Amino acid sequence: MATSRSTARLASSMIERTMIPSYRCRRGIVALATRQLHIATSHQAPPQLTLSITRQSMHLTMRQQQRRAQSTLGENTKPAPIFYTDEKPGKTALYDLHLRHGGKMVPFGGYSMPVQYSDLSVGESHHWTREKCSLFDVGHMVQYHFDGPGAEAFLESVTPAGVKDLAPGQSTLSALLHPQTGGIADDCIITRLESGPKHLFYVVLNAGCRQKDYDFLSSAIGRWDNTMNPVVHMRHLQTEGEPYGLVALQGPLAADILSSALASACKVDVKAWYFGNAKHITLALPSGESLPIVASRGGYTGEDGFELSMHPSQTVEVAETLLKTAGEDKLRLAGLGARDSLRLEAGMCLYGHDLDDSTTPVEAGLSWIIPKSRRSLEGSGFNGAETIVPQLTPVSKGGAGVGRRRIGLVVEGAPAREGAEIVDEGGEVIGKVTSGCPSPTLKKNIAMAYVKDGMHKAGTEVQVVVRGKKRKAVVTKMPFVPSKYFKER
Amino acid sequence: MSAAIAGSGGALAKVLQRPAQGLARCSHQQYLRLRAQRPAHARGLTAGTRALQKKYTEDHEWIDTSNPESAAIGISSYAAKALGDVVYVELPTIGTSVSKGDAIGAVESVKSASDIMTPVSGEILEVNSVLEDTPGTINKSPEGEGWLARIKVENVSELEGLMDEGAYKAFTEEVAEK
Repeated sequence: MATSRSTARLASSMIERTMIPSYRCRRGIVALATRQLHIATSHQAPPQLTLSITRQSMHLTMRQQQRRAQSTLGENTKPAPIFYTDEKPGKTALYDLHLRHGGKMVPFGGYSMPVQYSDLSVGESHHWTREKCSLFDVGHMVQYHFDGPGAEAFLESVTPAGVKDLAPGQSTLSALLHPQTGGIADDCIITRLESGPKHLFYVVLNAGCRQKDYDFLSSAIGRWDNTMNPVVHMRHLQTEGEPYGLVALQGPLAADILSSALASACKVDVKAWYFGNAKHITLALPSGESLPIVASRGGYTGEDGFELSMHPSQTVEVAETLLKTAGEDKLRLAGLGARDSLRLEAGMCLYGHDLDDSTTPVEAGLSWIIPKSRRSLEGSGFNGAETIVPQLTPVSKGGAGVGRRRIGLVVEGAPAREGAEIVDEGGEVIGKVTSGCPSPTLKKNIAMAYVKDGMHKAGTEVQVVVRGKKRKAVVTKMPFVPSKYFKER
Repeated sequence: MSAAIAGSGGALAKVLQRPAQGLARCSHQQYLRLRAQRPAHARGLTAGTRALQKKYTEDHEWIDTSNPESAAIGISSYAAKALGDVVYVELPTIGTSVSKGDAIGAVESVKSASDIMTPVSGEILEVNSVLEDTPGTINKSPEGEGWLARIKVENVSELEGLMDEGAYKAFTEEVAEK
């Protein structure tokens, strides 16, 4: 009895330490040990090394010691995603469904993904999305949860987002920033989930940056853990190694389609659910009511729509149910081909093309992702703020400004693609195209590019070199096609 | 695919000026069967004359060699299908002298741009300006109405290294398997 009681006491004090006050006292108890381990064995210390750590830990069972050692050595960044490569691509849960629908599969972001399906050409699929609704498999993207009392502050340290000010259910576009330079390591969507713990954030990152982002975030958490900061946990969303499914329903019919697929027990009012908000919903599946799905109103096409994140066991059933309840007159599968031309018309960046490690949000025309509260010296405190905050003020007003800016172009004649040089009247190179295509909606050639500051104003005429010939181009405001988000009026 | 074949079938009948009307109107399978059924001497003289005279490159261009003084160049049905909807065609300039392998134009779909390389050296005599306004003609009839340019073949021996229809078909199947 006595032993069990003392064990219970010990266990409860353990819990206290690890669950609540440990964020405060972590340093006191294990920080030293952590340090030693870091010195001795860098990041992957075998658990038995903890035997010699501290007095307190001598009283802990082997298992508890292991747990504690792990929790200070990368446990806060587990589970990690599986790192596939384009040479050995992974498959999303919907792989077979893609093949059944004639999906033409290509390696993309480490996954084998459909670029288009046999029923519609890329152009047709593009128009279908603007007129009706398309279902995109975006399960290759990387989904994380960040929680713990340090989550807000941690996310505010690696991104310029106003994370503390996010209301429950609210999402925001942001970017992981490199320290000092403020270069964009990746762009992301951060959502404060509406139910559950106060400090639970859902973050979606690009597939192509899977390994880089994980390394970036886990080393940032490693450094974070070695300070007085409250703890933050980062978990890749997966069950038994299977990542959570992610599909995007995009197009003017998306709201109707989603409404009619909701489970009767789900009381979410789609008509009072606006762009940039996420809700927990359930769908009526043939097998019964679905597990909770995190649905975010928004997307990557400029249309109204939703992105649904679901338990891996139900990804296929959810996709099939949506296709079936909507019917093929309203909803079709769409692939990467249409997704690219749609996002370009909507003026949205594609990481690795329009954004990269050497580009700051200000250069990228994404200053709007930095809220006012984070533009002051006191409020900033994010990676690279020392570079980015001065850039927000142009040179003419005493700031640092930027030397180049992301712009939109409409190009005459041949479509300008990534890499095409932009020249001024004298033939001097003043910039480069980062993505471009013939716009199926506008029937004009559109492109995103970076040009010298000063040449970035809408209406400025420049020339783009395509296949050795100069083509006229005009700097044009983005989005090229007006966005149709569902916003509160 | 069938539209493309019907298109080239139409052109075939015209070029051969033979009672090939029936062949032009039938399906590709029927066409092949009918062609195979004809007696050997007829096959040697007529059948596939067109097919034999059309040569392909590994870059999926074709050249009609029936008249080397003015040979049509285009992209293969296989290439047109792989490209998807062609939305822009860049044509060469009439009168330019080009060398085998030079990029003489480009075909662009929403998602990609492909250069067109000339299969032979020579002078560009004519371009298919229909493609400027209706680039989709390339999808409808890549080996017929969707021709790109006509070239005066400078050195007929350059044609020898190109693939005939059968070899090209085998080549595309090999490519598809990879």
